[in-house]
Amino acid sequence: MTGIIIQQIFNALTIGAIYAMIALGYTMVYGVLRLINFVHGDLFMLGAYVALAGFVLLAPGGGLVWALAAALIAIAVFMVVGGVGVAIERTAYKPLRNSNRLAPMLSSLGLSLALQTAVQITMGPQPIAFQSLFPAIPLDFLGARITTVQIGIVVAALLLMVGLKLFIARSRLGVVVRAVSENRRTAQLLGVDVDKAISTIFFIGPGLGALGGVLFASYYGVMMPTMGIIIGLKAFTAAILGGIGSITGAVVGGFLLAFFEVFGTAMLPILTNGWLGTEYRDIFAFLMLILVLLFRPAGLFGEQTSEESMVMKRDF
Amino acid sequence: MLSIAGLAAGYGRKQILSGIDLEVRAGEIVVVLGANGAGKTTLLNAVSGMCRINAGRITFKGTDITAMRPDRIAAAGLSHCPEGRQIFQRLTVEENLVVAHVGRGGKSFETLREEAFALFPILRERRNSAASRLSGGQQQMLAIGRALMAEPDLVMLDEPSLGLAPKLITQIFQIVLDLAAAGISILLVEQNVRLALELGDYGYALESGRLRVEGGAQKLAADPRLAEVYLAGGDKGAVHA
Repeated sequence: MTGIIIQQIFNALTIGAIYAMIALGYTMVYGVLRLINFVHGDLFMLGAYVALAGFVLLAPGGGLVWALAAALIAIAVFMVVGGVGVAIERTAYKPLRNSNRLAPMLSSLGLSLALQTAVQITMGPQPIAFQSLFPAIPLDFLGARITTVQIGIVVAALLLMVGLKLFIARSRLGVVVRAVSENRRTAQLLGVDVDKAISTIFFIGPGLGALGGVLFASYYGVMMPTMGIIIGLKAFTAAILGGIGSITGAVVGGFLLAFFEVFGTAMLPILTNGWLGTEYRDIFAFLMLILVLLFRPAGLFGEQTSEESMVMKRDF
Repeated sequence: MLSIAGLAAGYGRKQILSGIDLEVRAGEIVVVLGANGAGKTTLLNAVSGMCRINAGRITFKGTDITAMRPDRIAAAGLSHCPEGRQIFQRLTVEENLVVAHVGRGGKSFETLREEAFALFPILRERRNSAASRLSGGQQQMLAIGRALMAEPDLVMLDEPSLGLAPKLITQIFQIVLDLAAAGISILLVEQNVRLALELGDYGYALESGRLRVEGGAQKLAADPRLAEVYLAGGDKGAVHA
């Protein structure tokens, strides 16, 4: 029994780390532009495809060469998808910056479909096998069976999130990003190049989300053009749960959602006497979304008093 | 230093200012007076590129800045301490200073920060506190300190005395005098007419978005038309404040 619980804890940590990484992109973009960037889930998908291209190009053997190639591919994924993120902001959102808030959101929905279709046309709609970024060695831990892939995912995600936190908290550009997200007009009045700060956000957010895609594909060993839809919505739920706009909230929300989902799914057949099976796992995330929006729309770390933080209130 | 000619400006389709001519010379303190809603804040916003300009020309140090982006205008050496101070509440005192310095040449951040701290020692004590925890007076000091991080040639101050105790107002205005003495031009919007005209060299009074009367500070203080500006705006008390 303890073995099963520990097993589930590790599964939840792995998925939670990936949710958190994607949720960060939603929350950062929302923090600065008050925009739900629906194309983010598809940038997550794009990350996995760019990584696949990297593996095909480099065709690394094993051992140290493999590790070096994996690191190189991770950097390339971040750069390429980060660049795509910046390009998307420049072409699809910036011209709409002074319009009604619904316009850029519709623009992001359109882009989401366009990106999915583009990948589908070039790479085919079928699932493609994905070689894990980390070596897969099964380990026995207190009766649970975990793999080095899981450990690699959690460690990589935590390192990236700590890196982001330090960048936002300590670097001068991080200070500027926070200033722009608090008050764009005043930042501009003080001489801040607001476009540059927004581009920074649109580079880092999609870059992290894309690495999340690589980790996700490493975990499940498979990828497909539509993989970003459900995962994107779940990570979005995690961001709402944590309080959209809050970086800490996105991380906590990602892990909380994963624990809720993993343990809920494991309990479902037992609680319903086999009537509902584990294939119903997706109901947990969206049940959570509905509950949060009903009872605590500002999320765990959002500002309760601020109307701005109530995402749905003004946009719909 | 700053020269405005035939300015008409507003927000969106709404025009607020028209026919404004104004001059600020080097090291001079120029005050803009007028009742609430006369267009004083809009005037400052027009200069710093924050509202729509429909006609006229604004030149700063000989350069036309009429259609420039706000961040470029600030980078050119024109700092604006906006209405309500607009301190970044979620940033620390020092981070507020960082924002105003990022991406600039000139003196290093450390040098300018020390200059600001020398002017307002309380900011040094509270440098790592969240700005939201500062008192109103301290926030005003931070707003001025922040404006100075750009090594400006001209500082625009929008009602720096608002909501402050008299002792603090005196302190803030003394700093304004010191800045002018150091060669920085000041364009000051102020509700407190008597104090503003004591401080300033020259004044302009706005009424419903137009210039009503202007003149040297002492002359203007004695001008009966100045009181009418406030009476017209329905703000009878202000002239005696």
